[in-house]
Amino acid sequence: MSEDVSCLKAQLEEKEREIAALKNKLSLLEKSQTLVLDLHDKVTPLTPLRAKHALSNEDIMRYSRQLLLPDLGVRGQLNLSKTSVLIVGCGGLGCPLAQYLAAAGIGRLGLLDYDEVELSNLHRQVLHGEENQGQAKALSAANAVRRLNSTVECVPYHLQLSPENALQLIQQYDIVADCSDNVPTRYLVSDACVLSGKPLVSASALRMDGQLTVYNYRGGPCYRCLYPAPPPPETVTNCSDGGVLGVVPGIMGCFQALEVIKIASGQGSSFGQQLLMFDAQDARFRSIKLRPRQAGCAVCGEEPSVTQLVDYEAFCGSAATDKCQRLHLLSRDQRITAQDYKSILDDAGPHLLLDVRPLVEVDICHLPFSLNIPLSSLEERKSEHLQLLRERVGQLKRQMAGGGRPPVYVICKQGNDSQKAVQLLEKMSGSELDHVTVKDISGGLMAWARTVDPTFPQY
Amino acid sequence: MHTCNLGKYQFSIFGYRLIFLFFFNSRASELLFDGVKEHQVTLPGQSDPWDMKQLLVWIQRNLLKERPELFVQGESVRPGILVLINDADWELMGELDYQLQDQDCIVFISTLHGG
Ligand SMILES: [Zn+2]
Repeated sequence: MSEDVSCLKAQLEEKEREIAALKNKLSLLEKSQTLVLDLHDKVTPLTPLRAKHALSNEDIMRYSRQLLLPDLGVRGQLNLSKTSVLIVGCGGLGCPLAQYLAAAGIGRLGLLDYDEVELSNLHRQVLHGEENQGQAKALSAANAVRRLNSTVECVPYHLQLSPENALQLIQQYDIVADCSDNVPTRYLVSDACVLSGKPLVSASALRMDGQLTVYNYRGGPCYRCLYPAPPPPETVTNCSDGGVLGVVPGIMGCFQALEVIKIASGQGSSFGQQLLMFDAQDARFRSIKLRPRQAGCAVCGEEPSVTQLVDYEAFCGSAATDKCQRLHLLSRDQRITAQDYKSILDDAGPHLLLDVRPLVEVDICHLPFSLNIPLSSLEERKSEHLQLLRERVGQLKRQMAGGGRPPVYVICKQGNDSQKAVQLLEKMSGSELDHVTVKDISGGLMAWARTVDPTFPQY
Repeated sequence: MHTCNLGKYQFSIFGYRLIFLFFFNSRASELLFDGVKEHQVTLPGQSDPWDMKQLLVWIQRNLLKERPELFVQGESVRPGILVLINDADWELMGELDYQLQDQDCIVFISTLHGG
């Protein structure tokens, strides 16, 4: 008899556990369905962040390992939950930054990006997956963050930050993180932070190097204090041209997360008047003392000349994107299309195909019959390369029975460097070189891949 | 004595043993300094101490290969290059008027914008 009772009791307990598990599953599912993320394509007013006065049992369990740190503690955790952070750019820096801020329990995350996820992003933009290709980066990042911590409020913005919307947006957040990829946006974000009195945690990365500074913070400089004039556009290298090792922005984005957490929790940042430089090649960090806020600064100085946002693309002489800009240096008769070049190949007309990309790119892919001389070698008149070019032009001239100028077709990745090379070769033609007829293959190897040979790799 | 042991670009200069570091993107440093990592050069002695203004002129005349506009503009460095003297922003040290000391470490950094 008593055996039956205890058996029934055990069965009952088992069923109760099952019911509890099902209820839990249901509530999680309902939560994720009611919180369908709304992608914002314009800036709208947000409701104020609800102040949390105490941690729930679930909070205590979730954040227990950081609550144990005297540097953070319950007060720091509550401060985090009251803080909103705007992340400008959901790429190589923004992804790890958003991830760690969400994991740490930040109150609200604004995630801004005007771009969509592409395959060539995935090596460094680690919140996006293969299945997110084509999706707005802001939404993809917000969904990833939500899976990590559903208590963090996410506001995805699929829009380009502009002088028209930046102030309204930035005023709604406590801390701003610059994770953008171009010069005009960096000036825009900095000016908007000065005008709305927000600290700016800024990082950048390229190739094997990273930099980090907190601007407009406790008497430290703003971006303009440090860089009153923008760099000449031709000195700026972007990630889509220069390349970047994915883990380098990853490390810098994690550093941004650290500084945001220190500011938000009340510990304060160490980089208000410091520049952190990271050299991934030598695995070395340098920390540099910077100038304080400059009295003569155009935006944060004593008599500012910039009192509202301006046209930053005009100020910098470049577009607010890190995508390759198309140059137009040549006239129409100096250029042929990739399809035109295909017919020249099919007709087997004697010619020279000159690929002016750097060797590292030629190693990725090239047309087998091309001669590679990098643009920089032509610019510097490297003697061994000029010699090679003279020989090949000479050979070509002997091949061409009827005489005339040997045709040289110049190609690069997207058709910018090749135009510069055509201009250079035209100058050299008849003096440093035999007379040649030089033409640019418009759009370069990427146009070749798109319009002639779809099996040719794109990068 | 200040130690600066990031020996990417080292120059020893008559009267002063200086170290220069150039943190440029590889194409710029290739154009500017022939991609050479280490230089041994002798700076002519002069009665007055060298200052940064004179040093920039000297670098331009003696080290820059071509495209000086990637490094200098007017009598200073071009916008977008940060100059450090002994791990401090040169603005704190008097910029062009700073007088060079033995064992100084001069660093030139080009700002990064990628993300
Ligand atoms: Zn300023």
